[in-house]
Amino acid sequence: MKILVPVKRVVDYNIKPRVKADGSGVDTTGVKMSMNPFDEIAVEEAVRLREKGAASEVVVVSVGVQKAQDTLRTAMAMGADRAILVLSEESPEPLAVAKVLRKLVEKEEPGLVILGKQAIDDDMNATGQMLAGLLGWGQGTFASKVEIADGHARVSREIDGGTEEVSLTLPAIITADLRLNEPRYASLPNIMKAKKKPLETIEAAELGVDMKPRLSVVSVAEPSERKAGIKVGSVGELVEKLRNEAKVI
Amino acid sequence: MTALVLLDHEEGQIRKAALSAVTAAAQLGDVHVLVAGDASIAQAAAAVPGVAKVLHAADARYAHELAEPLAALIVSLAGQYDHIVAAAGATGKNVLPRAAALLDVQPIPDVIRIVDAETFVRPIYAGNALATVKSSDAKKVLTVRNAAFDAAASTGGNAPIEAVDAVDAPAVSKFETVQLSDSERPDLETARVVVSGGRGMQSEEKFHTLDPLADALGAAIGASRAAVDSGFVPNEYQVGQTGKIVAPELYMAFGISGAIQHLAGMKDSRVIVAINKDPEAPIFQVADYGMEADLFEVVPQLVEELKK
Amino acid sequence: MSEPVRESMEFDVVIVGGGPAGLAAAIRLRQLSPDLSVCLIEKGSEIGAHIVSGAVIEPRALAELIPDWKERGAPLNTPVTSEDMLYLTETGSLRVPLLDKVMPHMANHGNYIVSLGEVCRWLATQAEELGVEIYPGFAGADVIIERNRVVGVVTGDMGVTKEGTPGPNYQPGMELRARYTLFAEGCRGSLTKQVMAHYDLRKDVDPQTYGLGIKEVWEIPAEKHRPGLVQHSFGWPLDDSTYGGAWLYHFGENLVSYGFVVGLDYANTWLSPFEEMQRIKLHPAFRQHLEGGRRISYGARALSEGGLQAIPRLTFPGGALIGDSAGFLNVPKIKGTHTAMKSGMLAAESVVEAMKTDRVEPGAFTEKVRRSWLWPELRSARNIRPAFAHFGAKGGAVYAAIDAMLLRGRAPWTLHFKHEDSDTLKPASLSEKPFYPKPDGKLTFDRLSSVFLSATNHEEDQPVHLRLRNPSLWKPVNWDVFRAPESRYCPAGVYEAADEATNPHLQINAQNCVHCKTCDIKDPAQNIDWTTPEGGGGPNYPAGM
Ligand SMILES: Cc1cc2nc3c(=O)[nH]c(=O)nc-3n(C[C@H](O)[C@H](O)[C@H](O)COP(=O)(O)OP(=O)(O)OC[C@H]3O[C@@H](n4cnc5c(N)ncnc54)[C@H](O)[C@@H]3O)c2cc1C
Ligand SMILES: Cc1cc2nc3c(=O)[nH]c(=O)nc-3n(C[C@H](O)[C@H](O)[C@H](O)COP(=O)(O)OP(=O)(O)OC[C@H]3O[C@@H](n4cnc5c(N)ncnc54)[C@H](O)[C@@H]3O)c2cc1C
Ligand code: SF4
Repeated sequence: MKILVPVKRVVDYNIKPRVKADGSGVDTTGVKMSMNPFDEIAVEEAVRLREKGAASEVVVVSVGVQKAQDTLRTAMAMGADRAILVLSEESPEPLAVAKVLRKLVEKEEPGLVILGKQAIDDDMNATGQMLAGLLGWGQGTFASKVEIADGHARVSREIDGGTEEVSLTLPAIITADLRLNEPRYASLPNIMKAKKKPLETIEAAELGVDMKPRLSVVSVAEPSERKAGIKVGSVGELVEKLRNEAKVI
Repeated sequence: MTALVLLDHEEGQIRKAALSAVTAAAQLGDVHVLVAGDASIAQAAAAVPGVAKVLHAADARYAHELAEPLAALIVSLAGQYDHIVAAAGATGKNVLPRAAALLDVQPIPDVIRIVDAETFVRPIYAGNALATVKSSDAKKVLTVRNAAFDAAASTGGNAPIEAVDAVDAPAVSKFETVQLSDSERPDLETARVVVSGGRGMQSEEKFHTLDPLADALGAAIGASRAAVDSGFVPNEYQVGQTGKIVAPELYMAFGISGAIQHLAGMKDSRVIVAINKDPEAPIFQVADYGMEADLFEVVPQLVEELKK
Repeated sequence: MSEPVRESMEFDVVIVGGGPAGLAAAIRLRQLSPDLSVCLIEKGSEIGAHIVSGAVIEPRALAELIPDWKERGAPLNTPVTSEDMLYLTETGSLRVPLLDKVMPHMANHGNYIVSLGEVCRWLATQAEELGVEIYPGFAGADVIIERNRVVGVVTGDMGVTKEGTPGPNYQPGMELRARYTLFAEGCRGSLTKQVMAHYDLRKDVDPQTYGLGIKEVWEIPAEKHRPGLVQHSFGWPLDDSTYGGAWLYHFGENLVSYGFVVGLDYANTWLSPFEEMQRIKLHPAFRQHLEGGRRISYGARALSEGGLQAIPRLTFPGGALIGDSAGFLNVPKIKGTHTAMKSGMLAAESVVEAMKTDRVEPGAFTEKVRRSWLWPELRSARNIRPAFAHFGAKGGAVYAAIDAMLLRGRAPWTLHFKHEDSDTLKPASLSEKPFYPKPDGKLTFDRLSSVFLSATNHEEDQPVHLRLRNPSLWKPVNWDVFRAPESRYCPAGVYEAADEATNPHLQINAQNCVHCKTCDIKDPAQNIDWTTPEGGGGPNYPAGM
């Protein structure tokens, strides 16, 4: 079985993004970019499945700018076997990405697609679900555990207030949550080896996918800062306020 | 204009977050709600003021709100609606994007403000920026944050209930089990109330001063990095930039100075209470209710007062 | 932990550190000899992530290295257009007249204001185009010395737990073996220290003396922005015996580089470089530039101030020291970029020559340095910084003017540094506490919100990379005598004296560290050893730094 893992290049999670002074977006010039952390977890899971013998090949794909090849190299250093870069504008929308991925799935015929549950830049949390919808496949979103057996994936999903288990007929889509695993480091020897692994580049246009965004950004602003409230003089007053004013207890 | 709200539920009850979605949808026009589950939930939905119609899908395949059948059902109903809305919880986020893909629509998740019928405000970069986006899709599919919209009342309405038939969808998924966490302490990241201690707690033993208070409030317990590094509590308790990000209804900080790295993990809480003996502590700049006092005196009094 | 099995790889040259020195050396090597395999490692998560500099740079070395740098789009976009040197009093300031005559070393005609991090990122792309292999995110943790020859370095282990045991994601470091190894770690390199000690490279030279630079980048309203403006100050708030001053450069798109350098030979244990740099912003001469702007980044780094007298032997069997690792900073100019690059280029040339005859030590390097413009430049500057140490700030300034106008740097004498910076602190009881105003949250800030803007981080579950050689010394020396000076000089709040009233002990928040190296230099008992944390850890300075 082949596993396809889409990965996105995003502003590194250590960097506090800064809104541009003109409100047109978040400043990304010269900012450190890395693989979306949830995608690292997805790559790790795929590589582990291959190491366990549940899969034979891990193919990573990124839809984005030329620089996204660095992200693909990192994924290969973590253990992916080969990579596909689909060139497009920076940060295409999930709908467009899902359509690109559908084309690649038709070509590559993976038994499983594992994605990160959400990208930490646009926080959309949608690509996996949308791809599953387009393909008519089952979806195990927000996965904290995955087991593959007898043509099925058994997935533990993080839901509000607990976990749920579902069983999916393969081929299927899984999106990775934080607790699924702790991704390995790309070691220096593996980074060196990854330079020699195959990386294929395709233009999004060649796939015949309409990449035009459906959402236009009107403005981007910094959230307003919290304001200091009041000081209370006694515990009685505090409890009274929490009960009757804030109504939180 | 009419909006369809997917009203998700848990253990036979409408989720409170779903009631916030009703409030949000009411800003867009008439509200119809879709209930996939027991008749009793549909009846509860009918009693929500502001709901004009309840669509009730009773078929067993919808009972667990699996995305595959539910998205197909929503698509079959979508024709007459301009907006399809759900709470931005695990169910809405699982189901709605799938339905959106089938409708050829780019969904708009985590909406915190509705500007007009096609323009919405949503957080990006983990809330470090707010984007106002305008959709060019014919239909809008959105999930909304419950903290941003008051929950609709649960009584007073009387909407008609209309049964909807099941529609075909690929049978590719099966519900197996669900395990709701029933531990005494709620999960830190999803708790309604969080009680946190910092270096001011002084020691591992003294940190337990907070236990009775957390019990009384049904709260999860959190900590600052200084408290973790001093060995008062294990790593999993840490709230902040390199710990957990929480946004409870009530966050109470005891003996925490309020460094920016701590604030990064709790500043989106609805109400913040700070108890600190240093009047200059930065935590007071973000606290809704601050109290300059010795926490070891305050905590037992609080427990007493809450019993009243 | 027993010695793990390490993978190993052979190169012609390994370079430790991706600053201007290392990158210039790498580029030069491939220019001279395109077949050489050249590997460069950088502990920052990317090239430039750990670079803090002013920076007004002289393009001289760059032009020698890459003559068509302009066409290739090097990010030198803001030429210096005007400059001022101010002597500050608490409320006023005096402009030093005839600056280019009295302080010719401060004249900046033809120079550019840059973000050195960006320049390094650009140099790295040039190097990669030439075939240099660059690996950011990997720290050189150890030097491999075999039969008294340096034969490479070992990169740090990844995934070691707090307790020092291999964790679930453990990856042993790799041996990078090389015929020649160049140490380009910048000021106070951790491997450089090892090499200097092993080969006794500091024999017969003055002790190295250092400064600590703390920097902020601001974005200011367009109508206030005067690209090309350079302003330096000395005097207030430092007393006459403390060397230091502030800078302010307008550059880029509405950006201002603001910062402060203090000589680490300062004596007052209560002095807090961080708070000095904060309060200078309140002075009208600085305030007027920054008011209405927003601070977008923060960083700190030590620099070598020993000059010529403190440059160690530069070569050893199997390699050389280059850039600020060796101390090639022109101190009165506070410029080390052009000298770092030049030294890297000369070392590259020496290595290529040594390789031809298979010589163990690239000894020609020293001779090349002496015959290049590097030597006379450092030589003419050699007395100015020590003059400040001998005669104080005003006396030093007068000396500098005499040196420049009458002696033209050719004084027949050489002033020396007598002390290590770790020896200069006076006990707490003999020092006077300066008054530091509370941060206002607009112009001035506290340490932790500053550190936040450096985007520093370190994986929590790893051994503390700041090691006390003898933990029991802290209480009697650092606390009892000096009242924890590390809690003040560390610009990142790494060191905290906890439970001061009851049971004073040292709390080390290693996660905060921005790799400035000050603690390794200034600790009065020389008890703090800065070692490389897990690769990729440390600050993530953005463009503009
Ligand atoms: C890269 C990085 C990541 C970080 N990540 C995190 C993180 O995820 N989470 C986090 O919390 N921090 C984090 N920090 C650390 C952060 O900067 C602060 O150091 C930390 O939050 C301080 O914890 P504290 O408030 O408990 O301690 P302190 O700052 O020491 O404050 C203790 C407070 O307790 C008060 N107090 C003492 N005794 C009493 C009493 N009896 N009654 C009332 N008040 C009392 C004092 O007045 C004081 O305000 C990070 C720092 C860095 C650089
Ligand atoms: C505050 C300040 C202001 C300055 N202003 C100016 C100015 O205006 N003009 C000017 O010309 N110069 C200025 N300088 C000096 C100039 O920045 C330095 O001289 C120059 O950067 C030295 O270059 P370098 O390559 O030797 O070292 P660095 O630039 O320090 O680079 C060393 C690199 O090696 C890496 N490294 C270190 N140890 C290891 C290891 N063990 N493993 C892997 N990587 C490692 C570091 O992370 C760093 O990236 C200033 C310096 C400071 C601190
Ligand atoms: S711990 Fe040392 S090296 Fe790190 S920031 Fe503080 S003084 Fe600098």
